[in-house]
Amino acid sequence: MNDLRDNADAGELIQYIVIRLGEEQFGIDIRFVDNIVRMQQITRVPKVQHYLKGVINIRGEIVPVMSLRLIMEMNADEITGKTRIIIVKMNGGNLVGLIVDQVAHVLTLDSNNVETVRRGDDRRHGEFLSGVGKYEGGLVSILDLNTLELESLESRDKDREKQMLTVAE
Amino acid sequence: MDVGQYLGVFLDESKEHLQGLNDNIMTLEQDPTNEDCINEIFRAAHSLKGMAGTMGFKRMQELTHHMEDVFSDVRAGQLKVNGDMIDQLFKCLDALEGYVTLISDTQDEGTDEHQDIIDALNTIRTGKPAEGATDNKAAEPAADAPAEAGSDAGSGEPAWKKIKVKDSEKQTLEEAKAEGKNVFGATVNIQESCILKAARAFLVFKGLEEIGEVVVSEPTTQDIEDEKFDLSFSLLITTEESQEKVVEVINHVSEIDSVDCGVFDPAAAGSGDDDKQEEAAPKAEEAPAAAAAPATAPATAEQPAKKEAPAGGAAGGGKKQAGKPAIARTVRVDIDKLDVLMNLVSELIIAKNSLISAATSEKSDGGSVNEQIEYLESVTTNLHESVMKVRMVPIDSVTQKFPRMIRDLNRSLGKPMELTMTGEDTEMDRTVVDEIGDPLMHLLRNSADHGIEPPAERAAAGKPETGQIFLHAFQDGNNVVIEVGDDGRGIDVEAVKRKGIERGVITPEQGEAMSEKAIIGLLFNAGFSTAKQVSEISGRGVGLDVVKSKVESLNGEVDVRTKLGEGSTWIIRLPVTMAIIQALMVKVGGETYAIPLDSIQIIEDVAPNEIKLVQNKEVINLRGSVTPLIRLSESLDVTSNQPENSNMVVVIVRKGDQQAGLVIDEMLGQLEIVIKPLGKYTSRCKFISGATILGDGEIALILDTNALV
Repeated sequence: MNDLRDNADAGELIQYIVIRLGEEQFGIDIRFVDNIVRMQQITRVPKVQHYLKGVINIRGEIVPVMSLRLIMEMNADEITGKTRIIIVKMNGGNLVGLIVDQVAHVLTLDSNNVETVRRGDDRRHGEFLSGVGKYEGGLVSILDLNTLELESLESRDKDREKQMLTVAE
Repeated sequence: MDVGQYLGVFLDESKEHLQGLNDNIMTLEQDPTNEDCINEIFRAAHSLKGMAGTMGFKRMQELTHHMEDVFSDVRAGQLKVNGDMIDQLFKCLDALEGYVTLISDTQDEGTDEHQDIIDALNTIRTGKPAEGATDNKAAEPAADAPAEAGSDAGSGEPAWKKIKVKDSEKQTLEEAKAEGKNVFGATVNIQESCILKAARAFLVFKGLEEIGEVVVSEPTTQDIEDEKFDLSFSLLITTEESQEKVVEVINHVSEIDSVDCGVFDPAAAGSGDDDKQEEAAPKAEEAPAAAAAPATAPATAEQPAKKEAPAGGAAGGGKKQAGKPAIARTVRVDIDKLDVLMNLVSELIIAKNSLISAATSEKSDGGSVNEQIEYLESVTTNLHESVMKVRMVPIDSVTQKFPRMIRDLNRSLGKPMELTMTGEDTEMDRTVVDEIGDPLMHLLRNSADHGIEPPAERAAAGKPETGQIFLHAFQDGNNVVIEVGDDGRGIDVEAVKRKGIERGVITPEQGEAMSEKAIIGLLFNAGFSTAKQVSEISGRGVGLDVVKSKVESLNGEVDVRTKLGEGSTWIIRLPVTMAIIQALMVKVGGETYAIPLDSIQIIEDVAPNEIKLVQNKEVINLRGSVTPLIRLSESLDVTSNQPENSNMVVVIVRKGDQQAGLVIDEMLGQLEIVIKPLGKYTSRCKFISGATILGDGEIALILDTNALV
């Protein structure tokens, strides 16, 4: 899967689901999208990270649901009729749901039109992006699903805690 | 036909025989003159040899053959059982076990001949290295064959001469003869004791197909495959090889009693016309036989090719499909259990039919439908239980290895010790039983190595010199408890604490503040070994932490009770089954949770004034025992919607010998739930062991009461 995500230099055409969080747009590689469902009753799981909203039932499978807004430290989700849960396939085939404000459209980009974002990029939300795509309508930030793996989220949480501590001191 | 279908049976039975041999040789070691035991061993060795031969595992057969020879001498009184012999025999069993494992992994016995063991066994027999045990063996059947063949011939015309030949077959035979090939007829007699006759016959056919072509056989190949023949069958073969070669090939297959072979003259063969006058029935059978005969030629030619894959591993050398074992896992099922299942399925069908008729009869007021649903419910519950029972196997499939292991440890450690086991018939799910062997073995080794003191130390402590190691298994509610322990020196808490500080696992201050139990808990940390020296037996740094994680992965838990100088006991608690459980559904702050029924002792109605505070914690006095209260709403971060001063519903749960009361808002009732894993994202929540999907599609989380208490 990593290969797929990284191997974009062949000039191939890749489709992205473009989602909105507030005013911002993000693209998710369609190959990793399993399903898009309407907002539904989420069963809360106690004692977990604040961005983990709980679990839902997708075809008999228990799938954790995360708030992309909370992960990116934006305001909490406001549930509307347009709110959707994008079910993505993570490494190892686990399904994870991501709450988004709305699904805008599907976008086809030539990989040559996607500019790679390096680690440590100080762009807004740079740490979650694998690249930025240019198209007629403007720019779209491409989400790096690897950064949404539990391990990388946890290590990021730890870094945040350390920062908080040093700030407090 | 393919011997592959017998492979599962072969492996199962080989393991059984090997286990039997192991057990009996151990008995023999204690009681070297036990005749029943010797006979039993001889029989097991003999069957094992036969089976290995049938399946074409020559090396395994050879080794077993030499072992059998030793027993045969013992049985005849020519040899006395001694310690050295027992050691060699065990070595031999280990080698055989090696073959079996290899076969189950790769369908091939490998190339190791274990010549050293064979030599050692021969030395035991003769007192000196034997010269020609192998020649000896080869000569035997060769000497037998002509003698028996002779006697057969005396008794009348060999059966192959009476084979009826179709015109088309006759033509084939004549063509072959014209090409300069030999046409032989052969009648093969299989030993009466042979169990897998069809497999033997197959091996004969397979062998012959390699040197020529079997044109006709009687009975037909189909019937032979279906084992529809007595002890003998006849065939006609065209080959470029000599008559001796044909006999040799057939004799190469074991459990063949005798072969009668001769030159067949196609011209003189009884033609198909004869049987027209006989009866109609055989003629009707002839027709498919005729079709089968030419068909078998390509089919059997193809089969060796297919067989190349597994069998060719030996010849091709090494190139095996690595990774997953090639053999499907099997469960031996008691026929009674299957009968029960069958009955339940019939009941299910009846219930379904009644439901249909109740639903279609317009007049029904719903009463009869409900009645039928209740019936259906009871049937499905029973069905589930029975299916679970089918998956259940007694744990002795893993524990039976242990006496031998302790015996070996006895020798290698130089500490006399005895293993007592009880409750080996306790049943658990096959998947759990398969996984639990290693942890148990580790705990036993641990007891033998660290627990039991050297004899001198034991004598000084006033204990009998022989150390006692035990394994007790029993069922406790929906759990199986396995206790493994010893009467050795126990765990030195101070030593563990020192070690923990030394290793930097804890700070000295932490060490002072820790309870004894918490310190013992350190033993389960990765890489923590208190053995002063790293020994061969245990103490390699992987140990108790592996035991713990294994048991936890099976939804179980490990605990330890120890007393310095008196020994320690490790207690493993495992769920009998996984997957489906009975649970009490409860509401807490508007959310639905499931509490596994087997952890619940009782449900109490508690008035607020019954709650006392002990060390600032809420407790209730439950029939004399002080029980801590856990307010689930607090643990689960929700707001209880019960008024402050009303009575509370308290679910009393048990964890080992502790108990606690869980305060809930409301009970919803009992439900049979299917456990679904939650996945790693929510693993931070320790209170939840899984989730289940309710009838309306909603999810309810399953509380892990052990983590809460």
